[in-house]
This record gives sequence, structure tokens and C-alpha cells, in this order.
Amino acid sequence: MILQKIRTENMYLYYGNKMALNNVSISIPEKQVTALIGPSGCGKSTFLRSLNRMNDLIDSVKIEGNIFVDDINIYDKNIDVVNLRKKVGMVFQKSNPFAKSIFDNVAYGPRINGNNNKSELKEIVEKSLRDAAIWDEVKDRLHDSAMGLSGGQQQRLCIARTLAVDPEIILMDEPASALDPISTSKIEELIFQLKENFTIVIVTHNMQQAARISDNTAFFYLGELIEYNKTKKIYTNPDKKQTEDYISGRFG
Amino acid sequence: MNELKQKIDITKKKFRWSDYIAERIIKSVAFLSITFIVLIFFFVFRESFPIFNFSKDAEHKTEQDSSKQAQSNPNEIQEQYGVPAPEPEKQEQYGVVTSDTLTEATIQTSTQETAQQASAQPAKQEQYGVQTADDTSMIENYATSESKATEVSTTDNNKHALKTLVTKDWQPVSDNPRFGLLPLLLGTLKITIISMLFAAPLAILAALYTSVFAPKRLKEIIKPAIELLAGIPSVVIGFFALMIMASFLQDLFGYATRLNSFVGGIAMGLAAIPIIYTITEDALNAVPKTYYEASLALGASKWQTAFFVMLPAATPGIFAAVLLGIGRVFGETMIALMATGNAAMMGLNPFESVRTLAATIGAEMAEVVFGDTHYNVLFLIGSLLFIFTFILNAIAEFWVKGRLMKKIQGK
Repeated sequence: MILQKIRTENMYLYYGNKMALNNVSISIPEKQVTALIGPSGCGKSTFLRSLNRMNDLIDSVKIEGNIFVDDINIYDKNIDVVNLRKKVGMVFQKSNPFAKSIFDNVAYGPRINGNNNKSELKEIVEKSLRDAAIWDEVKDRLHDSAMGLSGGQQQRLCIARTLAVDPEIILMDEPASALDPISTSKIEELIFQLKENFTIVIVTHNMQQAARISDNTAFFYLGELIEYNKTKKIYTNPDKKQTEDYISGRFG
Repeated sequence: MNELKQKIDITKKKFRWSDYIAERIIKSVAFLSITFIVLIFFFVFRESFPIFNFSKDAEHKTEQDSSKQAQSNPNEIQEQYGVPAPEPEKQEQYGVVTSDTLTEATIQTSTQETAQQASAQPAKQEQYGVQTADDTSMIENYATSESKATEVSTTDNNKHALKTLVTKDWQPVSDNPRFGLLPLLLGTLKITIISMLFAAPLAILAALYTSVFAPKRLKEIIKPAIELLAGIPSVVIGFFALMIMASFLQDLFGYATRLNSFVGGIAMGLAAIPIIYTITEDALNAVPKTYYEASLALGASKWQTAFFVMLPAATPGIFAAVLLGIGRVFGETMIALMATGNAAMMGLNPFESVRTLAATIGAEMAEVVFGDTHYNVLFLIGSLLFIFTFILNAIAEFWVKGRLMKKIQGK
């Protein structure tokens, strides 16, 4: 039986007075890739960011309803947000390595968790970079600035940085949207490998990408969850007309 | 439509006056600012040049010139700066020492020295007394020397002054004038270090708070309030330090001298805080927001993000801020004049009075005789201030930005 890692119940989200998410109920299974698709402004990124409470950074956001991670309500007032984010990592649309060396970028997470053992750090960094399929490209220049890497390498470095913290869930917000096809395919391969150990939720604009890499797909439209099912089912025989229209490119 | 299109001709290069003029004006303004800086340095240094002009050749020249001056040739007068043309007798009288006052002075200095050996604290007071005695003897000189003028050339004075530049005594007005710059230099450094130790952490942490932690409304109050501090004239800060802070700090720490480098340093820190704060805040705000989000998403707490991501990323800006602060303190005259006690002393104790380079110029420039050795030395101090600031900036530019940034941000 597949465990449900994330579950939301009747979730509403407002930016000020504007409703951005309208009654979203979804449950995301463990160690699978779940893709969120939909036209721009439909709330899929907003939804993703509320799964590790990154929306807390925006003052005007107000959330109603419940979000459970491992059956714990993460919007409970006793929740430690810092530790939640260690458990639910995130990769952003724009690669955002720190202006530090490659090594320091990956070692940042373990270091802030109090791990200052040099040999251990080295091990973690190597393992994370290997897992992110970038080790061979950077192993000779670990102490060079991460800013000197190409866009695709930077994005994989960011994934390695997230892996170094050893999260259980990885949220990806259009991780390949700014990359060329070769880098994109590398990232896709990577996601495919990562799902053995991690639960992955990915937002993407690229419908083929969602079809290639995901096990489940959720279609958002104007803040509502229109349809959520196995990817195969959504792409071959969607229940709703809107979903079919969107996937076949008739609108959106 | 067709007619309009035909008028556009791309084969012939068109000369655009507005572009050309705008470019020229902007360019000339940019170069003008550099020219001004160079000119300021040039003229200040030129006034101090006669001190170095003491060789025999120069001596010979001045003699020649003074003989020419007798024939009243205005062109020759302009050529030399060490010897003031219009009233040479009066000038030279400064160096004159009559036998009576000389013995007086030697007695005074010998008593002063023995007193200095005896103990540190009372010696200061005696020094004050001696200085006034010097002044009175000088006035006597003035009176007596008018009748019997013994000639001592200014170049000799300059020669003597140059020898005393690297000594521990700053006694420009005395029978045996000594122009030791070391106490002034040390005083300036002391003040700068104390004020930076006080101002830099305060300003940087305040900037960190407003840019990372503070809620938006609080930020809108704090930022203008601190920046308002920059608008307070240094005279007012100096007055505050002199009248209130000095007494308060003395009560608090119980040191002996009321006006000292500690009080002065803190007062100057008050002047430097808004500068450091504003630039640091801007530098922190310029750090991409994605860094902040990325760090938080990795499970870092807010203060970890602030110290390990925001501060390193803003390092160049923060260095620029601290440098500007140092520059401000280095050249600050009014606060130094009012709050530091203005005694040129060599000790490392922060609770001793000090005299800074800038305050020396500020205090003595109005009293000094034009063209005198003392006058030249004051201008030398001016050029020194200029050179130090220049070196400081050069170090920051090449060393800090090059090496340090590589260390923090990778090669």
C-alpha cells in the first residue's frame, strides 16, 4: 500500500482579499513524482510554496483549511517552521546558488545544522553532488565560485544543496524552465532517480515534461484543483473537458 | 506613406548635435571632479613643500632672493614659498632667541623634564604651564628683537623642523619649536579605532535588523530616524559630547581626564553611524531575495540566514560603508576639537587626551603666521590626511575586494 505523504483538506489561500486557492483537497503519495500543471496564475506555485510554509514570507497571505505532512498539521501554531523546511526541501525556478564556493554551497545546509566535522562534510558534499549528477563536472573545482557554473549546472547544484540537508520531500518550482533541452533532460533523469528515495512535487509549464517524469498529475485552473489522477489517465482519458482542452493545447 | 519612407536615408551618417554635446558635457564634468581633487592635493602639498627645501642650494637661493627682494621685484617673490616676501624681518624674528629668555626656557624645560620623570599625571599640568610660559617669552622676544635683530634664516628653521617631524613632541609654538607628528598620528588612529569599534557593529547590526528582521512598518520608522542623525551638524554632536557625554562617561568609568580619546571616539562614532548604516542597509537590500528564500528553504533560521548568507553576500558594500565611516572620522575636525582634550600625548591608554591631525589644523591654522615653518607643517598635515585616506581606499579596493572576496565567495 502506498503511504500518503502530504494531504490537504479544504484549503483556501488569500492574497489580501484576493482568493488564490479555492478549496483544494489533494493527497500526494510517498516516493512518487507528482506534477502540478495549469496555466500561469492558476495557483500551482502558491500551492507548492504553502507546503513548506514559504508563503509565510509574504505578509498579506492568509490560509484556511489544513495541510498535513505525515499526518501533522503544518499550520498548527506549535509547528517549528525551521525544522519543517529541513524536512520539506525546495528547488526554485531560478537557480539561486549563494555567492560562495561550490563546496560551501552544498555544505551550507549541514553546517547550519551544526555539523562542522570536515571529513563528514566532505562525504556529504560528495554524496549530494553525485546524487545530483554533477559530481564529475565539478569535482576538480569544488572551491571555485558557484557563480561560474552554467545555468543547468547551477540548478543541479541547487538540487544537490537541497539533498545535503537530507529532506523527505522535495518541492520543485519549474526547475527546468530556464534551461536548454540538454540540461532539462539531465534534470529530468535526475528526478527520475531521486524518486526512489524522495517524495517529489514538481510544478511545470511543460506538459510533455509532466507526462515524461510524473506518476500523478494535478491540473489547476483559476485556483481550483480541476482534476487529480494518475498521469497516464490524465493524459489519455481525462474525466473533465477542461483538462482535455488544456492538455491538447486548445486553451491556456 | 511612401514619401515618408523615402526621406529616411541610412547610407549617410548623420551628425547628432544633442548627443555630441551631452556626451562632452558629462565627460568634462567627470574629469573636472578628478581635476579638483588633484588640484586640492597639489596646492595643499605645495604650501608644505618649503619644509623639505633645506639643502645648501636652497639656502643659497633664498639669500639671493632676499637680496633681490630688497630691490622689490614682485616676480621673484612669487617664485619662492618658504620665505614670505612682504615683511621678512617680522618673520625671522620668530626664530630669534635672546640670551635672557633662552636661559629661562632651558630652566623651564629642565624642570619640566624632571617633573615628567617623577610622575605621569601631574606632568601634564606642568606642561600646560610651560607652554604658556613659552608663549609669554615669545611675546618678549617680539618686543626685544625689534631693536636688535639677529638673523636666523627660515631655511634653518625648516631644517630643524624636518628633523623633529618624527619625534614625540608637538610643540610648534615655543623657543625650540618641535613638530613631532607621531602623537597626532597616534591620536588620530586611536580615535578612529575607538569610534569604529563603537560605530561599525552598531550600524551594521542595525542595518541587518531593518533589512532582514524588522516588520515593514518598524523599518519605515527606524531607517529615516537613523538617517536623520546624519543631518546633525558635527558642532552639535561635539557640543553634546563636551557638555553631557563627557561627564556621564566619566561618572560611569571613573577615569581621570574628562575629555579624552574615548569620549571623542564615541562622539565621532555617532557621526559615523548614519553613514555606515545607510550604505550597509542598501548593500543588504541589494542581496537577491532568492538567497534569503533559498537559505530559509534549506532549514536555516532567520539569524543563520542573516549572518551566513546576507552578510557575506553584502561584504563589498559593508566594506565600502566602513571605509566611508573611517574617512569621516579621520577628517572630522569639530568633534575632535571639542571632545578629545587636544593634548598631543603618546600613550596607548584610551582614557588619555589626544590631539588629532585634523583638529590640529583646525585649532592652529587661524593663529599661525603665513609662510612660517609652523604654517608649512600644518599644510603637510593636510597632505598627510589626504595621502592616508587615499592609501586606505587603495588597500580596500585592491586587497579587500580582491583577496577577501575570493576567500568568502570562492575563486
